[in-house]
Amino acid sequence: MTALDDAGPALAAGPAPVGDRRPSTRVRLRAWGEITLFAGPAVLVYLLFVLLPVALAAYYSFFNWNGLGPLERFIGIDNYTRLLADPVFHRSVANNFFIVVMSLLIQGPLAILVALLMNRRLRFRGLLRALIFVPYVLSEVTAGIAWQIMLQSVPPARYGPVDTWLRMLGVENPPAWLADPNVVMWTIFGILTWKYLGLAIILMLAGLAGVPEELYEAAALDGAGWWKTQWYVTVPLLGPTIRIWAFLSIIGSLQLFDMVWIVTGGGPLHASSTMAVYMVEYGLNVTQIGYGSAVAVVLFLISLVIALFYQRFALRRDLQGAVTTGVR
Amino acid sequence: MNRRSIARVTAGVAAAGIAIGALAACSGGGGGDATATSGEEVSITWWHNGTGEPLKSFWEEVAAEFEDANPGVQVTVEAFQNEDLQRTLIPNALQSGGDAAPDLFMVWAEGEIKAQVEAGYLRDLSGLTEVVESVGGAGTGWNVDGKQYGIPFRFGIEGIWYNQDIFDEAGISENPATFTEFDADIDKIAATGVAPIGVGAADGWPAAHWWYQFAIKTCSAESLQQAADTLTFDDPCFVEAGENLKAWMDGFPGDLPFQANPTSTPAQSVPNSSAGLLASGATSMELMGTWHRGEVAKLVPGAPADNPPSPEWLRWMPVPDIEGADGAPGAALGSGDAWGVYKDAPDQTLDLLSYIMSVDVQTRFAETGEIPTVAGAEAGISDPVLMQIAEGTQNATLVVTWLDTQYGPVIGKAMNDAIVNLMFGDGTPQQVPDAMNAAAATL
Repeated sequence: MTALDDAGPALAAGPAPVGDRRPSTRVRLRAWGEITLFAGPAVLVYLLFVLLPVALAAYYSFFNWNGLGPLERFIGIDNYTRLLADPVFHRSVANNFFIVVMSLLIQGPLAILVALLMNRRLRFRGLLRALIFVPYVLSEVTAGIAWQIMLQSVPPARYGPVDTWLRMLGVENPPAWLADPNVVMWTIFGILTWKYLGLAIILMLAGLAGVPEELYEAAALDGAGWWKTQWYVTVPLLGPTIRIWAFLSIIGSLQLFDMVWIVTGGGPLHASSTMAVYMVEYGLNVTQIGYGSAVAVVLFLISLVIALFYQRFALRRDLQGAVTTGVR
Repeated sequence: MNRRSIARVTAGVAAAGIAIGALAACSGGGGGDATATSGEEVSITWWHNGTGEPLKSFWEEVAAEFEDANPGVQVTVEAFQNEDLQRTLIPNALQSGGDAAPDLFMVWAEGEIKAQVEAGYLRDLSGLTEVVESVGGAGTGWNVDGKQYGIPFRFGIEGIWYNQDIFDEAGISENPATFTEFDADIDKIAATGVAPIGVGAADGWPAAHWWYQFAIKTCSAESLQQAADTLTFDDPCFVEAGENLKAWMDGFPGDLPFQANPTSTPAQSVPNSSAGLLASGATSMELMGTWHRGEVAKLVPGAPADNPPSPEWLRWMPVPDIEGADGAPGAALGSGDAWGVYKDAPDQTLDLLSYIMSVDVQTRFAETGEIPTVAGAEAGISDPVLMQIAEGTQNATLVVTWLDTQYGPVIGKAMNDAIVNLMFGDGTPQQVPDAMNAAAATL
């Protein structure tokens, strides 16, 4: 519990009375004018382009609608029952969670480790930081097409660059990176790690910059070695950064679309499909807009529930006053 | 950061599926006024998918000619990438209606056009008797309930594109007429170390076309028609088609008759696509429609970016017949692209359409390397390969529209997925019609 919560009685007493004169009409009008002026456009855009589409998608999801003509064929929850029974959708959800878990288990520690190493005095530190960040700067589609071309092989006629290099190193039969249903998700995860590790490292480095120098001096005086210092001083103080990174990573993984769409299109045989890929394939591309909307709603709910839980339990200390902290 | 951004991203994705008029509105132009009389300014918007040259300039030229001949009429021609056009732009624009809707635009056949007709977006073109008659049987796919809603301007059957140099090297002197001869040729090519047939199964449909070929050669014309009319696929010939296809594939060792890693090979655009493999001589054959000539030409190593010439070794043959199969001998798969007219389009749009479909314009269209539909326009074809396709199209006893187009996108998608799973996964022949019936139930 926070200090504010512990204050108990004072909190319950509510704000102290501030005199009984209400502010004059002019002052109130002015205040509302300012609020409208500053918040109005943002609220309007938010309502129009965020809340309204979400509400519309939820509405469409109860119809059998191909996007043409009026909404006439109300089918209740049929879209949802069909969706929840589809093995391809199950696979897509599982793939999303595979990326969520693997990102947290592998990308996080890796990023912290690299950030710790790069936080020391190194030659060419600036250059190294820039290089690590380069993949993140590249557009998703450009990077995706490049990887697709590098990994796609048609042995024995044509090997992609990656397989050609591996064969030079003596690996005769490299895995079918994109064609083997058992390998493809690992390939995707590898590409995503390449692409997003830079962002994680930059975030961690920013977090490291906020660790006070005195603590290191104190640790050194107490005789702690480099590793011990990192483990007992740096990593705990990096907590808020790690939690925010993990949050971004989880949400990004749940909504994964572009890289998969470009590199594999969800294939082979749906082995790398994700929820968003499934939505486009079975909703938009086959013009079953109602069904696609149902997928969107499920994707939204899964993301929302996870986000709220994460805020409630993991980010509680970092986000004072956020939506869920009032819930007790 | 958090709820709001999740909502925003999710909603953004969701919104992609929602027909917001914004996109269509950006296109400008506008639908014009149906009641415009001569003397008033009339504007016509025309959308097509010819983003590449020489077609893009050609359509602009045709529009300019029409404007010159019809003072007061302004034609705005816009080219869009094919999938964007058919899946996003046109549906959104039609949904928005009014000025946002294009007046003249491309429509796909059968199940695709049917959805637009049922929603009441298309104008009945049956009144253009001369035009309808000039395209003959090619127009069937755009006829809904006896009324003509689309006029095809490009139409051809698919066949096997092959590399003559590799055929020569393998010692194949004559094109196979039956699948038995075809199998022998495949073995000969495999012996040279080249993968005989390329297939871009990552995209689904290129692999599925093999099943379609077996289906039209296994099912009778009546069974096919009945399936298309009722959208029920209980005829045993649909299972048999899959069995025949699988038996044919199982007759070869390993990945043969196709190249390795078919399910990660896309069909077009990149060097390691099936078109790229054929273009670079890594495979010797590919089953594809008339557009493939251009796709291969683009990917020949060292080809110029603008107007790449068709490679000299590229040839075409009809798909061989399967001996003993029940299907109509000489049946072929094919389709084309057609023009449709928006319900509220100005009347001058019909004049424009008639002009586009005139023998003169169609002949010049053929000269750009296309296969026209209007009788007499085939004189414009100079390329021997295209002449062969035009001839094959005329000789076909029955031209069946691509099955996925015919049954519409929902059944089409389920069918193609099941076929890829049958060919390259653990699917069974029975699962193909099962998936089609299941998809039909969601319509």
